Amino acid sequence: MRDVVVIGAGMTKFGELWEKSIKDIFVEAALKAIDDAGVDHIDSMYVGAMSSGLFVGQEHLGAVMADYLGVTPIPATRVESACASGGASFRQAYLEVASGASEIVLAGGVEKMTDGADVTEALATAADQEYEVYQGITFPGLYAMIARAHMERYGTTREQLAAVAVKNHRNGAKNPNAQFRSEVTAEQVMKSTMVADPLRLLDCSPVSDGAAAVIVASMEVAKKLKKNPIRVIASSQASDTIALHSRRDITTLDSVVRAAQKAYKLADKKPSDINLVEVHDCFTIAEITATEDLGFFEKGTGGEAAEKGWTSIECKRIPVNTSGGLKSKGHPVGATGVAQIIELYEQLNGKAGARQVEGARIGMAQNMGGSGASCVIHILEAI
Amino acid sequence: MITARYHREIPQRYRLEAAKCSSCGHVSFPPRLVCPQCKARKFEAVNLSDEGTIVTFTVVRVASDKFSKETPFGVGIVELNDGVRVTAQIADVHPDELKVGQKVKLVFRRVQEDGKAGILCYGYKAVLA
Amino acid sequence: MVGIVGYGAYLPKYRIKAEVIAQQWGADPAAITRGLQLFEKTVPGQDEDTITISVAAARSALKRARINPKDIGAVYIGSESHPYAVKPSGTILIDALGIGPHVHVASYEFACKAGSEAMYVAYSHVKSGEMKYALGIGADTSQGAPGDALEYSASAGGAAFIMGSERVVAEILFTHSYTSDTPDFWRREGESYPRHGGRFTGDPAYFKHIMGAAQALLEKSKMKPEDFAYAVFHMPNGKFPQEVGKRLGFTKQQLEVGWVVPWMGNTYSGSSPTGLAGILDVAKPNDLIFMVSFGSGAGSDGFVYRVTDEITNVQDRAPKLREMLDTNKIHLNYGEYAKFRRKIKLND
Repeated sequence: MRDVVVIGAGMTKFGELWEKSIKDIFVEAALKAIDDAGVDHIDSMYVGAMSSGLFVGQEHLGAVMADYLGVTPIPATRVESACASGGASFRQAYLEVASGASEIVLAGGVEKMTDGADVTEALATAADQEYEVYQGITFPGLYAMIARAHMERYGTTREQLAAVAVKNHRNGAKNPNAQFRSEVTAEQVMKSTMVADPLRLLDCSPVSDGAAAVIVASMEVAKKLKKNPIRVIASSQASDTIALHSRRDITTLDSVVRAAQKAYKLADKKPSDINLVEVHDCFTIAEITATEDLGFFEKGTGGEAAEKGWTSIECKRIPVNTSGGLKSKGHPVGATGVAQIIELYEQLNGKAGARQVEGARIGMAQNMGGSGASCVIHILEAI
Repeated sequence: MITARYHREIPQRYRLEAAKCSSCGHVSFPPRLVCPQCKARKFEAVNLSDEGTIVTFTVVRVASDKFSKETPFGVGIVELNDGVRVTAQIADVHPDELKVGQKVKLVFRRVQEDGKAGILCYGYKAVLA
Repeated sequence: MVGIVGYGAYLPKYRIKAEVIAQQWGADPAAITRGLQLFEKTVPGQDEDTITISVAAARSALKRARINPKDIGAVYIGSESHPYAVKPSGTILIDALGIGPHVHVASYEFACKAGSEAMYVAYSHVKSGEMKYALGIGADTSQGAPGDALEYSASAGGAAFIMGSERVVAEILFTHSYTSDTPDFWRREGESYPRHGGRFTGDPAYFKHIMGAAQALLEKSKMKPEDFAYAVFHMPNGKFPQEVGKRLGFTKQQLEVGWVVPWMGNTYSGSSPTGLAGILDVAKPNDLIFMVSFGSGAGSDGFVYRVTDEITNVQDRAPKLREMLDTNKIHLNYGEYAKFRRKIKLND
């Protein structure tokens, strides 16, 4: 397959966007990406969204967004892979360009979560409806069970979970698009309201509105436009059992392990080659397991790594979630995977401002659906 | 909830009916058409043990609207004595008393209801043995 | 020989003390505890109802009987708190326990007598030779209006009895029913709580019908109160069953074991059947048991049982009533109780 690059990016601010509809925010992000890339057309587009039907009563988002973006009659497809919908949308755009079928494709993601739907119930549709959700389990509950198992097996502590939130808020405070631009202390995290033991409110990513879009193109197009393209050197995806209880090991997300192995192989890189990583920290425990399952730290030591600051921007060992992550930047589900790519695009272009990882050349994005039943990983490299 | 959807799951929810792979012996709950272990497609019906152990658990304090009047409630992954794991609410216990490794028994309880006028939905829950 | 081949009882873990209810309404707790001999009552969990209680009790009955559930030809659940106004409780139970689908199922309602009614019909089917086994259950999550005298007693629980003719643990020797139209207690369709006639529920209702059935049963059986090891009567409160026993000539000792109401409350359709289960837990071969139920409206079903040698084989196969009554209790305050019993108005 031929080389594929990202040549433009745009996103809305993440947060409670009361004045804007799902169409407004998607079109805003898409126009910013198109303008940033400087393209006069796109050949096709993908819209990642998890549950627009439940959140705002609107499906068929491909056509809806193509219409409101004013790009009909191009092919427009909605992609759904629960919370990994954004990553999957980007992967579809990547594959379409890599295959030679198209030259310029928009990969977008969107979620409008604050319009009054029962968010807990909508998100729970990413788990096994009949054998998990039927029993009243919630997403915080599923990750809480992972956290409990991780604490029991590896001695991961409450303080270590809190360290993830503290670090991500510190990073998010420097991100103008983040929902929460305020720092928190470990004590605040550990005293926040219990949501699903042992996870508390500040262990959880928020309910957010937001959209993100990037323009994916062939190297030939990028050269003509004389842009600073960022090359996609790996795109991988893996699945696992839908129910957490069916997993081989509750503390390891096999889909992450498998997708990572494939990505490293495709890119011909190893964990130590990665300069920064955006991981799917829907809950603090998810960042800890992700940093282990991606191979940055040994299994069981992700909590210690977080606590010792090895994942901070300053430490440079492996800066994790420089954007603030889902925790602080916000988690408009379908937009998240694309927003992760945008963070890499900015970092690898040296345009991440106060959060810049000096000299960053290779970045990874890990986007996850459900309790880990889907995982999409991308590795990007500055040219 | 649609009544047909509920009705379809009754053998599993009421009686813990599972499918044992005729080829490798792996037990699937709920039954599947393809064995996740050896990919064979022939099964015999078996009933799961109703006794097991808590592998991990949480206490749900913020629930979906349907369950919001019952919070806080325990939910755990229970490994039944035949090795099969299920997710189940843990009833009749103060959440602070829950621990990994506790022995439990599955009992028949009302799990949810379809609003004020819809059908009542039953199934298994765990209680401390 | 036809009679009970397996039995089981079930009580929820939750309790509320009579004094907690009295405090809520500014009543004198002593009038309830000393006067009516009611100290605490069972409360169903938020996920429990007549069907789940019936399933739990019937599961124990099956464990004791050790029979193939498919051999049960009829299932009757007597209750005045069937969760559905229209849709039988028994269909859910048979699918939970692997009974049927070749089975006759019905829900019975006759105030607090519905359980003994289910037992009576189940017994009759087996006696007639129509089927090998039949299951009769009395269970309730009883309702009493907030602040009403019934609130101190209306509780939750039930008992299940499998009737058969092989390996009988308690043979049914005689039965007798006594019924008349007596409006002592009722609930109109669509009403949340029952109404009652106050002191009219006593002599013209409870006492008249229990005495009527009991005296006829003693005559029929040619037995005297002193022939019985145990007696159990419907228990709307602590006082009435003691009083009716005394009027009939039974002693406190004969009543003691089945008199579970002070710490359990009135489980309505499950009341005397639960008492019977408690007696069977401790009975010895050849013991005679005298039981008369009462259901408002009004009627009584009386039974004379003779315990067989088989009883000692089955008693330990399932949880006993006394253990469920005395251990593992979770006490609720009035607010929790009101929430559990859905007495608080909520948004849909």
